Order: sequence, then C-alpha cells, then structure tokens
Amino acid sequence: MKYVDEFRDPRLIKQASEEIRRLTDPSRHYRIMEVCGGHTHAIYRFALADLLPPNIELVHGPGCPVCVLPMGRIDEGLSLVEQERAILATFGDVMRVPGRHGSPLEHQARGADIRMVYSPLDALRLAQDHPDREVVFFAIGFETTAPSTALTLRRARELGVSNFSVFSNHVTIVPAIRAILDSPDMRLDGFIGPGHVSTVIGARPYAFIARDYGKPVVISGFEPLDLLQSIVMILRQLGAGRAVVENQYGRAVPWDGSLPALRALADVFELRPYFEWRGLGFISQSALKLRPEYAPWDAEARFAVAGVQITDPKAAQCGEVLKGVLKPHQCKLFGRECTPEQPVGALMVSSEGACAAYFNYVHRRTAAASV
Amino acid sequence: MCLAIPGRIVDIPAGGHLATVEVSKVRRTINIDLLEPPPAAGEWVLIHVGFAMSRISADEAAEQLRLLAMLGEDAQAMAELDGYQFGDAAEKGSS
Repeated sequence: MKYVDEFRDPRLIKQASEEIRRLTDPSRHYRIMEVCGGHTHAIYRFALADLLPPNIELVHGPGCPVCVLPMGRIDEGLSLVEQERAILATFGDVMRVPGRHGSPLEHQARGADIRMVYSPLDALRLAQDHPDREVVFFAIGFETTAPSTALTLRRARELGVSNFSVFSNHVTIVPAIRAILDSPDMRLDGFIGPGHVSTVIGARPYAFIARDYGKPVVISGFEPLDLLQSIVMILRQLGAGRAVVENQYGRAVPWDGSLPALRALADVFELRPYFEWRGLGFISQSALKLRPEYAPWDAEARFAVAGVQITDPKAAQCGEVLKGVLKPHQCKLFGRECTPEQPVGALMVSSEGACAAYFNYVHRRTAAASV
Repeated sequence: MCLAIPGRIVDIPAGGHLATVEVSKVRRTINIDLLEPPPAAGEWVLIHVGFAMSRISADEAAEQLRLLAMLGEDAQAMAELDGYQFGDAAEKGSS
C-alpha cells in the first residue's frame, strides 16, 4: 500500500492541481456538487478551493443528515418526552438542532430526560436498564447509519425489549440527488459521490445520473488528494463528452456495496411514500420507516405523533444554501444571529454542514486576517 | 456524524455479536454483525456508531487515523469510542 506516503506528498497535490488546470476550459464555468457533508468539511478544512481555477465551483450537497432534517421532526421527537414520559436518546449532532422551542440540549437543560448516545445499541441498553420507562431512539442518518439502527431493532426483537422504540428519520441519498437534478434552478456539471454511504449501497445506484442526466459521478475518498483526483476524473469525462460512474475510492467502496448491510435494511425498513427535506421540500420514496413486523418498536406506530409542519425561521435561508443557490456567507443571518455556538439553522450545527464549515475555516480565517 | 473510526480486533468473545477493539490503546466493545464473514483477531475494521462497517488494511487504518487528526476529529472519534456503553457489564448502568 503506497497511499499513506502518497497522500503526505505535497508534490502529488500540486500535480493534481496542475492537471485540473490543464483539463479546464477557461471559457467555461464548472459546477460540481460534492454530495456528502464529510466531503464539504474536508474541502473547507483543506482549503481545496484555493487549489482550483476560479471557474470551478464546488456546490455543497444535501448529504448532512441533521442539515436536511425539518424542524417539525425535532419537535415531534421532543413531544414524546412530555407525552409518554419517555427517555429520548439521540446522537450528539441532533442535540444541538433547534426546534421551535429550543434544541434537545436546551430541553434537557430545562429538565427533559434526553440522553446523548454514540450508538443505537446504547439506546437499547438504556431501555434494558430502565424497564419501567419508554426509551425512544431518535434515529437519523443516511444509508451509512441506517443498517446499525436496523440491527439494533433486530436485537430488540430477539431480546423482547418492549419498552424500546425507534423514531426513524433515516433518509436515502439517491432520491435527493434526483430531486436536485430535476430542480429547475440547479445547473450542475458533475457529482463527487459520497464515500461512506457508498460502502453500503455500492456504485450501481448512481448509474441513472450518468445514463439519464448525462452527468459524470465519481465516488471519492476524503483525503485532499482523493478529492482532487476525483475532480480530475470528472473533468476528463466532461472533456471527452462522456458520463459514467467511476469509483476513485475503490479501496473502501465495493461496486456492489455491503450485502449484510443491505439485507439488514431490507429486512427492517421500507420506503415511505414521501418525506419532507429541509430546503428541498417533499421527496417521494426518500426515507425509511419500519416495516409492519417491527410496529411494536416503531415510535410512530405506538405513539401519537402529530405530523408537525413548521416553516423555517423566516430570515434564515437554509433552503437556498442547501440547494447551492446561495453561498453560506450570503445568508442574511450568517455570522451574526447564526453561528456554530448559537445556530439558528441546522447547516450551522454539524461540522458537516456547509455553514459551519464555512464559518470555521473561511470566516474565522478572514476575520483573523483582517484584525 | 459520519465518523469512521479504525480499530483493531483483539478479542471476539463467545456469542458472536460483539468484539473487543483497540484504538490508540483504548479498548471498547463493538458489534460485528455487519461483517460477513466475521472478522478475526488482529484484523482492522472501520467503526461507525458502534458497528464494524468494513475491513481495512493496517496501512489504511493508519491513514484513516491521520485523516481524522487532519480534520480535527480525532478527539471526537476517541470520545465516541469511549462513549459506547452497550458492551459494559450490566451492573455498571448506563446513565
């Protein structure tokens, strides 16, 4: 394996950057979307835009789970704590997402029994440790995380843990990409495909993007050189007038994905007819609900969940940023009312959110430079 | 959220669902049901929310640890690993 040494070599970074310049037609503007929030974080952290010619624009995609979660789902999850005297368990990123009356963290500070966990199995464990209480796991994530929730539900069924349930907010990446491709205000030239999601779903599900929409897709790793190589591969396809799915991250992503993970998903989940995405609206067949066999562990089947729809804070322009129509700093609230310390919109919450990444690596840097 | 933490399998107790992994001298329990066939002691895996997601080589594990450090996420990754409660003995409790 020579990756380790190669990625440390700034010469290779320089070569890739020069290759990108060579492949770029100066009379053309390129818009390339990185779908995954992990890539967004890496792109800002490593200031990769500085290594690209100015006519290549990286557009940040929807692949940040908390960023696309509509506020109503947070409020619904929180309402179960009051209604059912339930313990609500969820990941750290969700703890800071604002609901209408504050984030889960703020509710916790006001006395609500909300626990941060690092694994859905920890939520199951909580239920075993508190047999007299309902424990609801607020599940979130793309196909990377959903198999873990699926296996936790299987385990709950095997062990007969009846006070455990899942409030599923799992979403699937492909329908969101299709919605973006169908959106009239989106003009994209190609996609940097997600890394970890693809370890589960493989490369095949992206074939329609190349076939039906004529856009190149390159699944990418997270190193700076991975991302630059993926851009080289996209530009080569564009230059040759080709559109195919390629796998730059072959060392981690098998073409067919992970069969045990896909089986776990199929066994436990089914597609919802539609689901609301923050900024993208309702997208059909884009989210996972529990199959009827798992109804005893499905918080939505067991408890009254109101189906709250809440419009985002008026001044926040999360939707436009999510679709790449606005850059983070062009939002009226950016860096003033909305900061990583006091987020108004979910894009400011997670390190994978475009606004938080922009704030931490561009805004702070330029602010420091101007002092 | 999408953190992938590399860990080396050091022990697979009877029962099959769980394994002990070691990352930077920290040992924790993870679930290995998403890997077929199950990993063997000495193998490296990528861990996400308590589950081994894929097998990797020792070099790739080193590379992933370095990437986490470069992204400023290494402390967060260790906190996540340290935070897994589900493998602890029942009497310890988890609150």
